[in-house]
Amino acid sequence: MSSRALKGGAFKALLLLSLTIGFLMLVVLLVDVFRDGLPYLDMALLTNPPSSDPDIAGARPAILATLYIGVLLLLFVVPIGVGTAVYLEEYADRTKWYNRLLEINIQNLAAVPSIVYGILGLAFLVRGLGLGRVLLAGAMILTLLVLPTVIIAAREAIRSVPDSIRQGAYALGATQWQVVSRQVLPAAIPGIATGSILALARAIGETAPLIMIGAVTYISFDPTILGPFTALPIQIYSFLRLPQEEFKLLAAASIIVLLAILLTLNAFAIWLRNRYRRTW
Amino acid sequence: MTMPQLEIRAQEFVQGERVFELHDLAVSYGTNVAIRGVNLDVYKNAVTAFIGPSGCGKSTLIRCLDRMNDLVPSARVEGEVLYHGKDLYAADVDPVEVRRRIGMVFQKPNPFPKSIFDNIAFGPRVLGLKGDLNERVERALHQAALWDEVKDRLKEGALGLSGGQQQRLCIARCLAVEPDVILMDEPASALDPISTTRIEDLMHQLKRDYTIVIVTHNMQQAARVADMTAFFSVDVDESTGKRTGVLVEYDRTAKIFTTPADTRTEDYVTGRFG
Repeated sequence: MSSRALKGGAFKALLLLSLTIGFLMLVVLLVDVFRDGLPYLDMALLTNPPSSDPDIAGARPAILATLYIGVLLLLFVVPIGVGTAVYLEEYADRTKWYNRLLEINIQNLAAVPSIVYGILGLAFLVRGLGLGRVLLAGAMILTLLVLPTVIIAAREAIRSVPDSIRQGAYALGATQWQVVSRQVLPAAIPGIATGSILALARAIGETAPLIMIGAVTYISFDPTILGPFTALPIQIYSFLRLPQEEFKLLAAASIIVLLAILLTLNAFAIWLRNRYRRTW
Repeated sequence: MTMPQLEIRAQEFVQGERVFELHDLAVSYGTNVAIRGVNLDVYKNAVTAFIGPSGCGKSTLIRCLDRMNDLVPSARVEGEVLYHGKDLYAADVDPVEVRRRIGMVFQKPNPFPKSIFDNIAFGPRVLGLKGDLNERVERALHQAALWDEVKDRLKEGALGLSGGQQQRLCIARCLAVEPDVILMDEPASALDPISTTRIEDLMHQLKRDYTIVIVTHNMQQAARVADMTAFFSVDVDESTGKRTGVLVEYDRTAKIFTTPADTRTEDYVTGRFG
């Protein structure tokens, strides 16, 4: 074989190796989690509150809180994120310094570590606004955390609507509001939805900012929006800290639940993207 | 229509009612002057063609007539555009209202990603026009000679139509809001010859009811459809190298194509240049 063909083959092998490493890690993780967790994955996990007895302990308050946070987060993040994106893409005059400043700010916010958001939440929401260590504060801080992601995704989606569509609508005597609300946004919805769901998935898996604002680790009653709360990732962490071996297995079962929620969300996002993929 | 017939029609127009009067019009983008010194009148129920080589500013000019240039932040319009005697750029004129009365068809067909019906209905809906929407949509499609081809699939997506059908859909969409003037910016340049012929036939029918201004690269097309033709050219500044469009000659189409007054026009229409 010539040396050129050898190099080509070696390169391909290297690529395959990189792929295998990532894939193997995932497989090992899944196998390990499922082997430990499956026996404990039952209705009790979903319906019972935590308990000192591993046989009846569940993660119901944490699962519920995670779902509440998810719903609140979407209610907050979609209007604010889409509104910002529409302003930046359709209304902002880029020659003005304050609009450029806004853009740079949003890009930088996306790179801020999540623990910093936790500190912000503790200082301004929990103490400053006096909300206390409640579920609402958790949802709000996660909203701030993923807001830049949603804004960026929504801007991409809005930008991908061709200008000829806007021109066509303007030429018929539509106002800017009508062009945005009846042409641009409907055409951008698939992209916005996909971005929002992926942001939601990221927020649900977050732990650090919630620990920072004091999501309590032992909650035996169903959460309320204005009450103390825990979330699924924190519940997993607290199971793992308990001494009995059974709680480790319970943690593995909870991880399966969390993974199932996240994978469902991701799958839904992919489905949405493919379903509404459009060629202009 | 043969050229002598067009000539007779055109002679009637020059005494007729003026829809647009352009006085010393100039358009610039930032510091670049795209076109300047344009003086011409557009007559009612006539087809007026703007021809000329690339970069002569004819598309820029047509976009002044429905204030589409307002959408380009750097564009500046100087001089005067009178529409039925009223200054189109006066402070109290709403560009949205202007575009409702002066329709536009673009170079590349740009149907909305909606159903055929919703494409036509979009204009009447946003303008809140009274009357039966179904009737309005059907009438517009008839006028654009598209009804027979789409009547059984009004609910289907407009992006599934052929290029020629899409362009006639865009014309129908424009007609549905009952404009006074239709501006067409190279409406057939992205279409095959058969679709082009259909669009040209359509223009002959539409000019009975509408005033049409068309920008075209295609001189034969101008000769076939236009009553009046304006020929534009490019002036290159010797020292800066900047290119600016200028109006060379504006006259009855037959005159432009047979006995033009300017040698640049003659060179262009006989194919020696451009």
